[in-house]
Amino acid sequence: MLGYALRRVLTAIPIVLLTITVCFFILRLAPGGPFDGERALPPDQLRNIRAYYHLDEPLVMQFFRYVAGVAQGNFGPSMVMKDFTVARLIGIGLPFTLMLGFTAFIVGTVAGLVAGAIAAVNQNRWPDYLLVFVVLIPIIIPNFLMANVVQLVFGVYLHWLPVGGYTPGAWLNLVLPVLILAMPHGARVARLTRGSMIEVLGTNYIRTARSKGLGARLILARHAIKPALIPVVSYLGPGLSYLLTGSLVVEQVFALPGIGKYFITAALNRDYGVVLGTTILYVFIILALNLIVDVVYAWLDPKVRFR
Amino acid sequence: MAGITGKDATLTAYADALAAAPKGRSLTQDALRRLSRNKAALVSIFVLAALVLFALAGPYFLPWTYDKIDWSAIRKPPDWVKGHYFGTDQNGRDMLARTLQGTQMSLLVATVATVVSVVIGIIYGAIAGYFGGKIDAVMMRFVDIMYALPYILFVIILVVIFGRSPVLLFVGIGCLEWLTMARIVRGQTLSIKQREFVEAARAGGAGPFAIIFRHVVPNLTGPVVIYATLTVPEIILTESFLSYLGLGVQEPQTSLGTLISFGAPVAEALPWMLFTPAAFLVVMLVCLSYIGDGLRDALDPKDR
Repeated sequence: MLGYALRRVLTAIPIVLLTITVCFFILRLAPGGPFDGERALPPDQLRNIRAYYHLDEPLVMQFFRYVAGVAQGNFGPSMVMKDFTVARLIGIGLPFTLMLGFTAFIVGTVAGLVAGAIAAVNQNRWPDYLLVFVVLIPIIIPNFLMANVVQLVFGVYLHWLPVGGYTPGAWLNLVLPVLILAMPHGARVARLTRGSMIEVLGTNYIRTARSKGLGARLILARHAIKPALIPVVSYLGPGLSYLLTGSLVVEQVFALPGIGKYFITAALNRDYGVVLGTTILYVFIILALNLIVDVVYAWLDPKVRFR
Repeated sequence: MAGITGKDATLTAYADALAAAPKGRSLTQDALRRLSRNKAALVSIFVLAALVLFALAGPYFLPWTYDKIDWSAIRKPPDWVKGHYFGTDQNGRDMLARTLQGTQMSLLVATVATVVSVVIGIIYGAIAGYFGGKIDAVMMRFVDIMYALPYILFVIILVVIFGRSPVLLFVGIGCLEWLTMARIVRGQTLSIKQREFVEAARAGGAGPFAIIFRHVVPNLTGPVVIYATLTVPEIILTESFLSYLGLGVQEPQTSLGTLISFGAPVAEALPWMLFTPAAFLVVMLVCLSYIGDGLRDALDPKDR
């Protein structure tokens, strides 16, 4: 298994390289640049600035310079936010985004699993019908709309929770963002859990367990849960990238100091270093999490062999 | 006119009998019949059709256009006398006209991106599945890699390139959306290419591309239709998401996402500015979701 993990890590390297290459050239070939302001800079100054950031070199040279830098852990300077390196900007935003994302991930996954299991056990009775209906809402209604509605209801009309913003320690400010981020994720997990649990509960070995007199609870805990989790776990990888997408919106709507905000402004301002740095980081995180998911998957499903 | 021998009458009777005789049901008829039994999907189809028609034709019947400013009605709630049925925004523009224009834009980009993604997905998947072996392995490995990448980041990078033209932007988004389609088509192609009619075509001397496009692809209609109906709402969501972040459609053109993002900050004082476009968006998404589910059930070969 260690060999498998190692091989996966090695295959991740070309993926990251490919991403860097594609993003680098797409960004550079796009019209515009980081120094297009409202007022054009004098040509001399522009030339000096471009020389300072090596933008006057051939594109291929710049590319190799960038990759060499990244290999040494140097993501370069931000070209728009003066005095900030990309690494420093990421260092400011990333911990918050990760904290928000993982909280929502755990809340959504746990809630989804529990709700899905309850619905499956009570198939075709009211808890099941209720869940099947409720689960549709966050899947159909886009998260930015949901975010605005809960802001309006819980923040503006009821005054129960803060509308937005965040300072360290103000955990009440995180309730709504985590809720919005966790809901669609939890809904999908619940749907999958319900479906696979119903399937598992109909299998022969569960009938055998029941016929030899095991209690319903013991059957669930000992025999049904593990196989029922297989499709759910395989969803968790893509689920994480949905969460990532969601966090861009949630950070924007609730004015949270995460990395999503930097990414969007950087893309609009052609802040090449920040866009590339953030993308590489996200790809890296997603690849790492997918690896973990695959290992968990193999533990759950004895039919999976590491190749 | 009836002839002397009455042959016309005989012939007509015969034709009638032919028409009335029990016929074998085709796959499409079968699917349509089952779809028409699904109440939710049927209602959704009618609601969606009405909405599309309204979005396309409605602007011609409204007293205001989407970019016309009514200086006497700025930030006003719904007013039936002046013809502002859903109120006006901060610039005195009619919300209903703007919402209809936004709905048009959402539908347009969704159609464009869906067509692009379906075409790429079919071609890619069918080629990978038909040729198999090393070609298949390399092509599908590439899809796996793309799957792992954060889709939305690429979309935002695309916005940087195509920012000024919404339609081009969604051609670009279509170019990112085809992954699942390619996987489904490949899987289907793998089983279809084992069938006798493909062998017959090969024996008849058809080349690989003729077989793929004449014999394999027409058999993929079911999954393609289902996938397309599921892609449309996804693109509408992506579009409104981008517009909400300020990355999508630019003024004075508008889209549902743009309208929602302008309505949200003022929703406490001017609720109609948020809820008009929001209602259109939600109704559209709900309908599309039910239609997609209905089609999936109707075309499912398992419960025939």
